[in-house]
Amino acid sequence: MPNPKRRHSKARTGNRRAHDSLKRHSLSECPNCHEKKMPHRACPKCGYYKGREVLDVEEAS
Amino acid sequence: MRHKESGWRLGRNTAHRRSLLRNLVTSLIVEERIETTLPKAKALRPQVEKMITLGKRGDLWARRQAAAYLMTREAVTKLFDTVAPRFGDRNGGYLRIVRTGWQRGDGTDKAFVELLGSEKLQEEKRQKRAEVRAKRAAEAKKALEEAEAQAQTEGGAPPSEPAEGEETKQ
Repeated sequence: MPNPKRRHSKARTGNRRAHDSLKRHSLSECPNCHEKKMPHRACPKCGYYKGREVLDVEEAS
Repeated sequence: MRHKESGWRLGRNTAHRRSLLRNLVTSLIVEERIETTLPKAKALRPQVEKMITLGKRGDLWARRQAAAYLMTREAVTKLFDTVAPRFGDRNGGYLRIVRTGWQRGDGTDKAFVELLGSEKLQEEKRQKRAEVRAKRAAEAKKALEEAEAQAQTEGGAPPSEPAEGEETKQ
């Protein structure tokens, strides 16, 4: 089997990984409760989607 | 090249997948709303629409074809008598799929699928669930108070500690 001929440097590793960073999700604002939520999904905070309550959200008692 | 890859396989063989879809379609017609994963919801859509098309035809042969696919007789009756007539003026697009969150464990997108025009029914179901929840909460509270009273009559340990344990269980 072929093997690497030379060790490669830390800089080479770092440079390769320069493009590996994760991006933050873009969030939209829930029109009902104005919390940030994932776009195109029902709001996990208030359970609304497109102007209608669609989910049961348990209130912390 | 992504050629010849249509539809969803859902990690199952043909028979398993067919079973799964039949079960989902039957449940959806009976319950009007079901919660499942996003890929299953998407795979479900064409099957349900085919059933509703059969329902709109409404003849005996259509009824037999639907009965061969749906799992229960109840579902067939409901499809032909209440579901299909609702969609008389609509050509397809009978379902609504709303993404809701993620599944614990594998992080799959969860969604619910509902038949259009079932909003009122969903609202009623929600009301009922809320009532049940309120009743259960009241019972738990009563049990808690009784336990506390008992602890006090025994005159031993302070009741605050078990009470807190009960609180988290709710």
